[in-house]
Amino acid sequence: MAQYLLNLIQPDGDAPPPPEFLEPIMRDIAALNEEMRAAGVWVFAAGLHPASSATVLTPSGHDVLVTDGPFVEAKEHIGGFTLIDAPDLDAALEWGRKLARASTLPIEVRPVADGGE
Amino acid sequence: MTSIEAVFREAYGRAVAVLTRLLGDIDAAEEAVQDAFLTAVQRWPVDGVPPSPAGWIVTTARNRAVDRMRRESTRTERYVRAATEAALLDGPGEPTEEEGIVRDDRLRMLFTCCHPALAPAARVALTLRLVGGLTTAEIARAFLMPETTMAQRLVRAKGKIRDARIPYRVPTGADLPDRLAGVLAVVYLVFTEGHTASAGDELVRTDLCAEAIRLGRELVELMPDEPEALGLLALMLLTEARRTARVSPTGELVPLPDQDRSRWDTALVAEGQDLVRRCLRRGAPGPYQVQAAIQAVHSDAATAADTDWRQVVVLYDHLTALAPSPVVALNRAVAVAEVDGPAAGLAALAGVELPRSHLLPAVRADLLRRLGRTAEAVEAYDAALALAGTTAERTFLRRRRDESAAPDRSEGT
Repeated sequence: MAQYLLNLIQPDGDAPPPPEFLEPIMRDIAALNEEMRAAGVWVFAAGLHPASSATVLTPSGHDVLVTDGPFVEAKEHIGGFTLIDAPDLDAALEWGRKLARASTLPIEVRPVADGGE
Repeated sequence: MTSIEAVFREAYGRAVAVLTRLLGDIDAAEEAVQDAFLTAVQRWPVDGVPPSPAGWIVTTARNRAVDRMRRESTRTERYVRAATEAALLDGPGEPTEEEGIVRDDRLRMLFTCCHPALAPAARVALTLRLVGGLTTAEIARAFLMPETTMAQRLVRAKGKIRDARIPYRVPTGADLPDRLAGVLAVVYLVFTEGHTASAGDELVRTDLCAEAIRLGRELVELMPDEPEALGLLALMLLTEARRTARVSPTGELVPLPDQDRSRWDTALVAEGQDLVRRCLRRGAPGPYQVQAAIQAVHSDAATAADTDWRQVVVLYDHLTALAPSPVVALNRAVAVAEVDGPAAGLAALAGVELPRSHLLPAVRADLLRRLGRTAEAVEAYDAALALAGTTAERTFLRRRRDESAAPDRSEGT
């Protein structure tokens, strides 16, 4: 069994979307998490604060520099992630598809190195 | 190409497909098959080519893989066991691969190479290498790319198959239609790149067309019940039949109405038309079958004037319903112009958008020229010239443009 990280790619907004927009999405994601647990594929999941809250640490000689993040300036950042067990990419993509539908966001599927071996 | 090279190309895909299943790794499979080829180069000139060269390569590659596994302690236990067991399954030197098993392995390889998680260019390169058996150098040459770039592309793609665990499996159920369409698209992409080379001085790159047709024949052999595979092969054969008539001795593009139809390859036309009839009888028309049927109508006409354009319009309407696209709309407009005149064709072009392609302005230019709207025609030819990619296309467009601008002078000479 391998592991895959499903990253939710979230656009950086000035203001968070209104609750009436978010509520059904959060409900769908919670339901999917339950479905993943029931299927035995769910390993871990978390939502993140906006990328503007990030801090970057960069090794420099003997020191480590502290700077305001995020590390890469972009219009979208990882807004949350789910780690799953899946036998192969096709199985991981199937769960990723469900997460894309539930979250209404693009999903980046990354295989975990030596996952589950 | 020598006979040994031809045998190698044929055997490569079959052998790598079988070995990938046994070893669970494409790179290890390729290494084993290349080892077997080295042995063949030494032995065949002395012992003669074996009766079943592909079977011999598979058996030898399998034995080489076992040897290699035993030598290299770094390999995981799993590979050693799989290979050893596989080797033990058949007697020494027997070309034992049953045709059905090889067929399944080749299908697995095809679907793996054409997996949607791979970039389209990577799918094409992998398919030509691992299914078609072309060398990296040959693929690089066909796409006018440095060999190192093509090698990197293949290494990266194989790395993704391994790291992301793209399964070595023929998709089933609901996934199959989409995935099959993806496989057909890769083969057709190879063909169109050969037929209308997007860059360079040559209008047609014959090597790519030949490879695409070879892959198309293989698809039909592997999936004899899939009418779209038949349709794709028919479409490629009917297009390929016109290859020599499509380019003038000076390398200029000759459009369909102006082609010398006696130069069409009658054997390819007959085979293509037979395939069209065969697949349409199945009663499950798809985009490739309808496109092939359109080409079959053209192939039926002894002269351009004999073309059954009404039938062509009907088929384009059908194609629009199945797989609408700007290119389909453009070709439909050309057919409409033949049935109802250039003004109707121009009207059918309304709303068609095809940015960055010379095709739309080129068709507009021709319709405007036939309507006698010279200034607009010249303007459209200029727009087409600015976008045309190959020398042959530009030469054709420039001549048409100059004829439109000064009809008296060009008609006289």
